[in-house]
Amino acid sequence: MLKYIIKRILVAIPVLIGITIIDFLIMTMVGSPLELLQGPRVSQAAIETKRIALGLNKPVYVQYWIWLTNLLQGNMGYSMKSFQPVSQMIKTYIGPTLLLMSVSLFVSMLIAVPAGIYSAVHKYTPQDYTVVTLSFLGSSVPGFFLALVLIYIFTVRLGWLPSSGMYTLGAQKGALDVVRHMIMPVIVLATSMAGTNIRYIRSAMLEILRKDYLRTARAKGIGRFLVINKHALRNALIPVITVLGMHIPILFGGAIIIEQVFSWPGLGMMTMSAIISRDYPVIMGVCLMSAIVVLVANLLTDVIYALVDPTITY
Amino acid sequence: MNRDKTIISEDNVYRNTVMRRFLKHKLAVASTIFLAIILLCALLAPVLSPYSPDKVVGGFSDPPSVKHLLGTDQVGRDVLSRMLYAVRISLLVGFASTAVSTVVGVVLGLVSGFFGGILDMVIMRFTDMVMSFPYILLVLVSAAIFRPGLLNIILILGFVDWPGIARLVRGNVLSIREMTFIQGDRVAGMPKRYILFSEILPNTVAPILVYATSVIAISMLDEAALSFLGMGIQPPQSSLGNMLNGAQSISILTSKPWLWVPPGLMIILLVVSINFIGDALRDAFDPSGN
Repeated sequence: MLKYIIKRILVAIPVLIGITIIDFLIMTMVGSPLELLQGPRVSQAAIETKRIALGLNKPVYVQYWIWLTNLLQGNMGYSMKSFQPVSQMIKTYIGPTLLLMSVSLFVSMLIAVPAGIYSAVHKYTPQDYTVVTLSFLGSSVPGFFLALVLIYIFTVRLGWLPSSGMYTLGAQKGALDVVRHMIMPVIVLATSMAGTNIRYIRSAMLEILRKDYLRTARAKGIGRFLVINKHALRNALIPVITVLGMHIPILFGGAIIIEQVFSWPGLGMMTMSAIISRDYPVIMGVCLMSAIVVLVANLLTDVIYALVDPTITY
Repeated sequence: MNRDKTIISEDNVYRNTVMRRFLKHKLAVASTIFLAIILLCALLAPVLSPYSPDKVVGGFSDPPSVKHLLGTDQVGRDVLSRMLYAVRISLLVGFASTAVSTVVGVVLGLVSGFFGGILDMVIMRFTDMVMSFPYILLVLVSAAIFRPGLLNIILILGFVDWPGIARLVRGNVLSIREMTFIQGDRVAGMPKRYILFSEILPNTVAPILVYATSVIAISMLDEAALSFLGMGIQPPQSSLGNMLNGAQSISILTSKPWLWVPPGLMIILLVVSINFIGDALRDAFDPSGN
């Protein structure tokens, strides 16, 4: 077991190094920070001085090495727009994003697990077809369009929910206020995830319902409820772990667009404004951070998978 | 001679089974018909559209009328005509970028699975790296670096979305190459090229096709999202995503639904029907199913 975990970590290390190389190359390829200095009042000599000061006259691999050692010390560079440290910016904005992501993931599982099981147990009945059709619909609706429809209904027509931000301006910061701001983004993110998850859980459950040990459980006469919820569900949850791991990158991506639409003050909105203003250090900082998060999440998924599935041996 | 005949009829039997299983999915059949109609409309857009998509032909934001079935947009262009051309662009982006990513993924997956060893390791680690970056983020960054436009969007989506197919093909190749008929080819001294392209590749076509269907759907959604954010297809060229772009302004959202509801519904219908077809194909090709 321990051997397997160590092996997985060893495999992840070159991938991690590769990620930093890709990230650095994209950043150096696209734009030099010197572009910001350009202007009629800046002399060529001043640019040259700055180039040397920033170390841009050195070969690329030396620059990479300097960048990497800085990175290991927590220095991710500075924003070209606000001149704030990138790590500082990420720290400020990551909280709301994590909140939004975890709640959406939770809500989507809350919908998907019962719906998937229900669908599998009633397979090939009209109820099953309805659930599957709805799940396809859920994963096919573009998030931003659903967001527009929700804003139209709940903000414009009914006036129940605020359409942007995380707090009401001028009001006292309270948990209820945040919840009200969160409802719509969470619905949008959870809908698309639940759509895919229902089908994963359904097929995992179908697979397990065919297994011999379930026939045994049924034959013992312990009752339908126990058969499904104890013997089948526990085993069906193993593939769900993989599904959860798979969703981390999708969540990060989805959050960018949804945060933009709802002006949710998170990492996605920060990234989007950095992309629009071509603030490369910030963009690549976010890319790097999310890639590492995804890598670690995948690693954890594999390890947890190995831990909970007794049939896997290494 | 006799042998050839049986092979052909076996092929037919398989094809018939696949067809029969596919036809059992009524939603998929309906989706196929719907998609065919839309595809036809998109191809015939220059003939069908009542007005030129880029010409100002009416008042600003006229509501739907007999003259303009879906009304006109903020500058007086006919929404229906623009939508016909937009569907064209969306389908083109969906199919073309999927073609790019499928080719890249299939080549890398085949090479990786068939030759194994260091080559396999290098390709798979590279796949891991690309997969670690959130997909949309990579697309957005590339769209920011390269000038947005039709060709670039196709290439960006195509070159970012291949890892899934590469992994799928590799997995399939790994299991097929251990099968007896491939071992037989090896023993018989068949050239590697023949084994790879005439024996292994045809046997992975079904899963590739199923996967590619979902990639088409995803690519169309991504194009729409990119264009919605203003980083995809650039106006005056219309795409389903950039037609929705205007709905970010509250006055359009509240009082001019004809500008954003039809393109939004169109995206949903297109993506849903492609997904239904993909699901039915999965069932139809599944050797364990009935």
